[in-house]
Amino acid sequence: MNRDNDKGKLLLNRTFVFAVFSVVLLLSLIVRLYYLQVVDGEKYKTLSDENRISTRVLIPPRGRIYDRNGELLATNDQNFQALIIAEQTPNVDQTLESFKKLIPLTEKEETKIRRGIKNNRRFVPVKLKENLSWDELSLLQLYAPDLPGIVIDEGLNRVYPMGIYTAHFLGYVGAVNQAEMNDDPLLSVPGFKIGKSGLEKLWEKDLRGHSGNLKLEVNAYGRVMKEIERENGEEGKAMHLTIDSRLQKVAQDAFGEESGGAVVLDVHSGEILAFVSVPSFDPNLFTTGISYKDWNDLLQNERKPMTNKVVSEHYSPGSTFKVVVALAALEAGVIDENTRFGCSGAMSLGNHKFHCWKHSGHGPLNVVGALKNSCDIFFYEVALKLGINKIAEMARLLGFGSDFHLGFDNMQKGIVPDKEWKEKYLKSKWQQGETVIAGIGQGYVLVTPLQLATMLSRVVNGGYAVVPQFTKLSLKEKSKIKKLPISDKNIEIVKKGMYEVVNGEGGTARRAYFNVNGAKMGGKTGTTQVRRISMKERQSGIIKDEDLEWKLRNHALFIGYAPHDNPKYAVAVIVEHGSSGSGVAAPIASKILKTAVELGL
Amino acid sequence: MYESGFNKNLSLKEKFFGLSWGYILCIVLLTVIGLFTLYSAAGGSMTPWAKNQLIRFVVSFFLMLFLALVDVRVYLKYSYLAYFVVLLLLIAVEVFGHIGMGAQRWIDLKLFKLQPSELMKISMVLFLAKYFHGSTLGQIESIRGLIAPVLMAFFPAALIILQPDLGTALMLLFTTMVIFYCVGVQMWKFYALGGGALVLAPIAWHFLHDYQKNRVLTFLNPERDPLGSGYHIIQSKIALGSGGVFGKGFLNGTQSHLNFLPEKHTDFIFTMLSEEFGLVGGTIVILLNLIILIYGYLFAYRITSYYGKLVVIGLNTNYFMYVFINIAMVLGLLPVVGIPLPLISYGGTVMLSVMASFGIILCMDINRNVNLGRQSFHDE
Repeated sequence: MNRDNDKGKLLLNRTFVFAVFSVVLLLSLIVRLYYLQVVDGEKYKTLSDENRISTRVLIPPRGRIYDRNGELLATNDQNFQALIIAEQTPNVDQTLESFKKLIPLTEKEETKIRRGIKNNRRFVPVKLKENLSWDELSLLQLYAPDLPGIVIDEGLNRVYPMGIYTAHFLGYVGAVNQAEMNDDPLLSVPGFKIGKSGLEKLWEKDLRGHSGNLKLEVNAYGRVMKEIERENGEEGKAMHLTIDSRLQKVAQDAFGEESGGAVVLDVHSGEILAFVSVPSFDPNLFTTGISYKDWNDLLQNERKPMTNKVVSEHYSPGSTFKVVVALAALEAGVIDENTRFGCSGAMSLGNHKFHCWKHSGHGPLNVVGALKNSCDIFFYEVALKLGINKIAEMARLLGFGSDFHLGFDNMQKGIVPDKEWKEKYLKSKWQQGETVIAGIGQGYVLVTPLQLATMLSRVVNGGYAVVPQFTKLSLKEKSKIKKLPISDKNIEIVKKGMYEVVNGEGGTARRAYFNVNGAKMGGKTGTTQVRRISMKERQSGIIKDEDLEWKLRNHALFIGYAPHDNPKYAVAVIVEHGSSGSGVAAPIASKILKTAVELGL
Repeated sequence: MYESGFNKNLSLKEKFFGLSWGYILCIVLLTVIGLFTLYSAAGGSMTPWAKNQLIRFVVSFFLMLFLALVDVRVYLKYSYLAYFVVLLLLIAVEVFGHIGMGAQRWIDLKLFKLQPSELMKISMVLFLAKYFHGSTLGQIESIRGLIAPVLMAFFPAALIILQPDLGTALMLLFTTMVIFYCVGVQMWKFYALGGGALVLAPIAWHFLHDYQKNRVLTFLNPERDPLGSGYHIIQSKIALGSGGVFGKGFLNGTQSHLNFLPEKHTDFIFTMLSEEFGLVGGTIVILLNLIILIYGYLFAYRITSYYGKLVVIGLNTNYFMYVFINIAMVLGLLPVVGIPLPLISYGGTVMLSVMASFGIILCMDINRNVNLGRQSFHDE
């Protein structure tokens, strides 16, 4: 009995202890709950939002590019793609079969699609085909009832309506690489394209625009439940070029099968009216992804279609440089309008003999006649009297040695040699013979077609230091263009020489003559060797250019301006291995200038 | 031997009005909260969960009343028999489970799935209550007197571990330990057992299934495997924490409705509830359970018979285990063991089992003044 009482008491005591223990445990759960929901509540709220909110970047349309007349040069086309959503079709295989009957798929494409369907959740769209044509699109719409689960999605593709005509200055767009990544969220969007060369790259910041944001609520499997917030981006800025697409097309077509470059400037502003480098390439190929073979063909082609020959290649200016030498000599007072030198076809300096292109010689000539006939001997003599540094000084004044801060990749600045230049780079003393050949634009001097056109513009506009531009200058900017210290009188003398080249009886470019309502052109030819002619060959008779293989033929150059009386346009043309400046380059330049005059830009 | 002459038999009406209606109210309130949560879990729909749960509750409720109104002496009389019948069922599902029915460990009763392991939790309590009811303090304190109850507890626990259902087995063992503690088994025996367990733990670890090892390791460090087994607990904490003080509102829990929260209608229902109803809702649920628990202790205090006290203590402890383990688990305080929150989680088995327990508890309380004679296990 007593023991039973003890047994009962013990039960009561022990149960009381456990009861307290269990109550405390339950209350501790409330403490924990308070800790999670109040103390750490904000942290978990953020985590919960991160879970449910998926932010998508909205891609702004890339800025359009127009020519000076509002013609579209670069725009964005709707890119329609067909997608399949597995969960929206009762039978994936059947839908795919029906699709294939309308739009054939290669075996490789189909394998990729099936893998995509297998590896993704059933509500994730898988791409069947992109860049659908209008025909394909209407087919799909017509047969939509047979194609459950197939949806059409719309994106934007960069398109260049003029294709090969604009490739070398517009450049092209391509996928972002690792080095180009920064904190702009657009760059991380799969398939986003940025400018890879030319103006597309140079103006990337303006053209790209700003991304928008789309906040979506998604579930644990990534399915979109609803749109929470949409913040639209900002479209890329539209750019207006100084290029005239009509002139551009004529200029490019004028080259025919030849390779080379040409650039047309407005002589008063430096605005670039045409910018040609041939052969060209189709930048539209880069938008959809160029095939390995096409890319290789572009790279292997000996005519270098990927090289911008207007700014990225430099050439010996040849006789076109005589304009610079003539102006330098007149300015330095070494010669005047009437100074004559006799040409016998060759000139000796030390134990070296320098030849004129005309072996029989030109007889006595003044500067105008020397330009007209492109007499080498006259300019040898002038160069010797002038000295290399005076020539270099004038060359720099007229724009040689500069890239004009145009900003393209791989721009050449060319070479304007003088005594210091040779000491610095070749570590040897300047030779007088080098001055002689510099007088006819041979030797170390190297220039780009853009520099040639700029030089000519600066001469014929009366000595104003215009700089090549792709965008229009404001009136204020135009009024700020610096006048170079060159006298108008001397400019007129040189211009007269250039006029004679084209218009004078026996001028080297007489064949390129035109007269549009009194507007005529002036200019200067140039033909430069790309191979060395040995003494032996010179004695046994120089091999005719047309008998040489293409790569060894002479480069043909021409610089021209029009109208002569009131110059507006300047053009520089180089035809690589075109053999003859007067025969090949001058007609092209003539065609371009004539068109410019006719268009009346 | 006591004569039962002190007692007069209570009429059915007296019994009915003797029911603790406050206790029953708490049970109903919790169930209603559970029904709302299940309605929300289904995205604002009675199907598939809330409707079924309601039907089960109504059926279970009548079972509870029936068990409460049964003559208390029946329990005492059939305590041992019930235990052995359940033990046989347990062995049977174990054997058939291996032979023909895949991994099935239940008997299908259409509306409910009868799990013998669940029944064992109740019959174990009845068995131990009757055993200690008949023991003297001397027997309780002797080693010899503990052999039978220890074997009777460990054998079914071992069977349940084999199923494998570690959670249920551990609950069974914990309840047994609490009963042993309450009846007065000396503390040194617990210390000895604890020491032994520490020594055996590395060996037991060896026998755990990989998924069980993972659960323990993940409990210790949920970030160990954030997409695998740690995912549940991380998402549970995010859901809970983001609920804040007042919650995201009924039907507005993002974690649960967007399926970031796994098992939102079963084991993790407390999380869903706390996401939508916040600290306020979670605290109310814990407090209602606390009231049920305290009611239990109050019943145990006022019941005169040793048997009755012990039955109530045992079943009450059982219920406490469910609630504490489940909530502690979703709060990241215990490993994920797959124990539902009774009355709120969707599921017939647990509903049936806890409602039956409440019925028995109520019966013990109604008959609190009935004097049950001491019958020794050793006398039989």
